[in-house]
Amino acid sequence: MPSGPAPGADLPFDVAVTGARLSYGGRALFDGLSLTLEAGRWTCLLGPSGVGKTTLLRLVAGLAAPEPPTRVAASDGRPIAGRVAWMAQQDLLLPWLCVLDNVMLGARLRGGPRDAGCRARALELLARVGLADRAADRPAALSGGMRQRAALARTLMEDRPLVLMDEPFSALDAITRLRLQEEAARHLAGRTVLLVTHDPLEALRLGDRVLVMAGSPATLSEVPAPPGAPPRAPDDPALLAAQAALLRRLAGDAA
Amino acid sequence: MRWLRPLATLAVLVALWQALVWATGVPRFLLPGPGPVAARLWQDAGLLAGHAATTLLEIVLGLGLGVGLGASAALVLARSGAARRWLLPLLVVSQAIPVFALAPLLVLWLGYGLASKVAMATLIIFFPVTAAFYDGLRRTEPGWLDLAATMGASRRAVLLHVRLPAALPALASGIRVAAAVAPIGAVVGEWVGSSAGLGYLMLHANGRMQTDLMFAALAVLALMAVLLFTLADRLARRLLPWQPDTLDPDTTQQGGNK
Repeated sequence: MPSGPAPGADLPFDVAVTGARLSYGGRALFDGLSLTLEAGRWTCLLGPSGVGKTTLLRLVAGLAAPEPPTRVAASDGRPIAGRVAWMAQQDLLLPWLCVLDNVMLGARLRGGPRDAGCRARALELLARVGLADRAADRPAALSGGMRQRAALARTLMEDRPLVLMDEPFSALDAITRLRLQEEAARHLAGRTVLLVTHDPLEALRLGDRVLVMAGSPATLSEVPAPPGAPPRAPDDPALLAAQAALLRRLAGDAA
Repeated sequence: MRWLRPLATLAVLVALWQALVWATGVPRFLLPGPGPVAARLWQDAGLLAGHAATTLLEIVLGLGLGVGLGASAALVLARSGAARRWLLPLLVVSQAIPVFALAPLLVLWLGYGLASKVAMATLIIFFPVTAAFYDGLRRTEPGWLDLAATMGASRRAVLLHVRLPAALPALASGIRVAAAVAPIGAVVGEWVGSSAGLGYLMLHANGRMQTDLMFAALAVLALMAVLLFTLADRLARRLLPWQPDTLDPDTTQQGGNK
């Protein structure tokens, strides 16, 4: 279903991963893992490198073949493929296309129309992420933060109810990261989002739900999200207290 | 400034050549000095130009055919698993046959005219182009492929819009090699049997001990090869401006982070 459902025709849906299993050379990275992404909310998956959180995200994205008995299903019973947008740590901008064409990549790949309306929408999204005047530039001329903003615009352009983000801000400097977190939270409000990160502050700022993935084989445990609606201010005392508690706990897990 | 360096290198080489001729006093029919060769170039300019035009035509046609067929073969290999299983071993084995050994056969089959030389140049170009382009098509950044998959792209669209453009720098490398070896194919074809071309001229000059004419023809051939390579290189840079050349400060400056 390359073109996906018509925008607006889609009611928000939960995504349930059940019995997730991943083994690597005879060793189970995780087994019998269950995860529900609630419709219209941000779920942040926090964990150290190599724990398998990216694989979990790729399972939902349909990029990794599920190992039996893993099941990934939407609550409305329809396939997830075609209803998901994916954003990775690398911007994955195509270096031979200008920023505007990169934002319209989905239409290009699906052979859909790239008419005036499509261009106007792409330009509007670029303006929303502050790149209106860089539309004609090649990605190589942009800074790391700008490139990730362009990637965010490309993700928004897909206009999918389910958005999967795999450490999208981890390669950025601290200030740019905070700013992009806010932009992403604003632009993706109302969508079902799975954000994988190893940054506790990021998870606590953005998550409606925060899940910690740790151990071998890995298990999930929920930590309470701080009060207030995301994106929470980075200097919010409640947020900082939650971060301190979480850091203590993660350090305990690692020991 | 750009042209000064190669010119200086050339001048030094010519001076060494002249020194060798003076020092050893070899007879002219064994090794003529730069002077007599230059004189030949001037006197027989018309003759050389005529034969050079023939060879150039063979090279250009061979390049066009070889690059076209090589690039198509690489695309077929990238598109179809069956083609990979059946054709790839065949391609590799075909390289065990020296192309030069095929030259007499090609002349036998295609005659003394243009066709056998074009075929020869095509054959010699085909493999480097196929190998380079196919390699490029295989080594696409996996993240781009994942992104295309989540966007619901068909295999055809991925090949056309992601793998193909990403492999163009590799194809350009193949074409550079092709431009450098194409003259070999044409000249070998001419040696085996022909009635025109620089290879033909050299063979006859050699038979009549006109060593200076041989050298003159060689110089024209070398000039053509260098020009072809430069042209291919320039064209590749012009058409692939996103491809940073990390050894060339002119092109990397704009590509860096700000």
